[in-house]
Amino acid sequence: MSEEQEFSFEEAYAELEQVVEALEAGGATLDETLSLYERGVKLASYCESVLEQAELRVQMVQQNEDGELDLTDFQMS
Amino acid sequence: MRDVFSISRLTNYIKDLFDTDPMLGDVWLRGEVSNWSRASSGHCYFTLKDDDAELRCVMWRSVARQLLVLPNDGDEIVAQGRVTVYPQRGQYQFYVNEIEPIGQGVLYQRLEALKAKLRDEGLFDEARKRPLPAFPRRIGVVTSATGAAFRDILNVLQRRHPLVEVILSPTLVQGSDAPEQIVAALDALRKTDIDLVIVTRGGGSLEDLWCFNEELVARAIYAYHVPVISGVGHEIDFTIADYVADHRAPTPSAAAELAVPDTREVRETIRAMQMRLDRGVESVLFDARQQAEQQWRLLERCSPAGQIEQTRATIQGYTAQMARRVDVRMELERARLSGVSGRLHELDPDATLARGYAIVSRADDGRLVRSPAEVSANDVVHITVEGGTFAANVDADIEND
Repeated sequence: MSEEQEFSFEEAYAELEQVVEALEAGGATLDETLSLYERGVKLASYCESVLEQAELRVQMVQQNEDGELDLTDFQMS
Repeated sequence: MRDVFSISRLTNYIKDLFDTDPMLGDVWLRGEVSNWSRASSGHCYFTLKDDDAELRCVMWRSVARQLLVLPNDGDEIVAQGRVTVYPQRGQYQFYVNEIEPIGQGVLYQRLEALKAKLRDEGLFDEARKRPLPAFPRRIGVVTSATGAAFRDILNVLQRRHPLVEVILSPTLVQGSDAPEQIVAALDALRKTDIDLVIVTRGGGSLEDLWCFNEELVARAIYAYHVPVISGVGHEIDFTIADYVADHRAPTPSAAAELAVPDTREVRETIRAMQMRLDRGVESVLFDARQQAEQQWRLLERCSPAGQIEQTRATIQGYTAQMARRVDVRMELERARLSGVSGRLHELDPDATLARGYAIVSRADDGRLVRSPAEVSANDVVHITVEGGTFAANVDADIEND
């Protein structure tokens, strides 16, 4: 699912919601329904896998000597 | 010879007098603050006065930063310091070493006054408070890097929604330098593409939390480009920052909980959506199958094969009906036949012969003789009786009846 690599969790989740609603609304052809279903299942498992692998990332923004802002990884002492 | 002093010499002379005086070197003063100003350097300049006199005052940044709350115009303060001369201006000034903490009564008054002012300006209006994003990607946190508040926030985020990225913008969260730092820390985050910011610190006294009651902090929060969650102190503490923030959390941990959804709930929602997908597609498939079956039945009825089948069925129906009728007819005929054959038996010539009758036929052409007129003398006839046939000659005329 290379296309989902560029996908953020939020986008995938939002699309999943749309797909579910579209499927439940009915009125789609059988083919459309089946591809909606396939898309929905993909999105749901993508969202779950993202959550599964998530690890909190902490950075710190600070001014350096030149007065510019630096982002550095933050280590809790 | 006249002794002419330079201005500097005289001023230094006076300054020496001041500096060697034991009382002026260490004095406590009480007075009302006016003309308060704080330079960008952090040094503070103001005037202390009573009804009849006023005194110029200086408080260096190193002293000011020790204070939790800086005085404002109109505050009555008690301060310790020394009085000396500032030669460049030819002024004597009071250099403040220490200020007694401002009374809580004064602080509450100041708090209420600022609250009323900002409320009148609309900074607390509910209508302008922004909703939080459902799934923030990046969260800014404005707090001390070493405080418990930040640790609490990281713990909650790690547990609830580790998908999020945290960017700490470190700042003092206590003391008179804190307000400017908090504003600068908010500014630093403007360039980092955050979805919301948490402004927070742990619990403390009214004075400890005072920086969150400063007007410039309130205005910076009000003008911020993304939603702001305040989490200052404990449940009971309310600061101006809490009123102006888009969302107020009672503690730092609660601020983190407010900021992100719980991953467990998100997972449940995703699973529920999966089930809705399954149910949705099943119902569509069920409907489609039913429709297909109905169409199939319709099609079968209309197809040539169906029509032939139907005709055949009709024909078979007729055939069966006919067969039934024929059977009935046959039965009838059979019954009639048996009646006829009984009667036929009665007509059997043999039976008549047995009763003693004879059949006479002409020998020449075999015709039956039914009347004496049909024979003449000397004709040969065959006479058949029960036992067999014999020939006879017609002897003579017999009287016709």
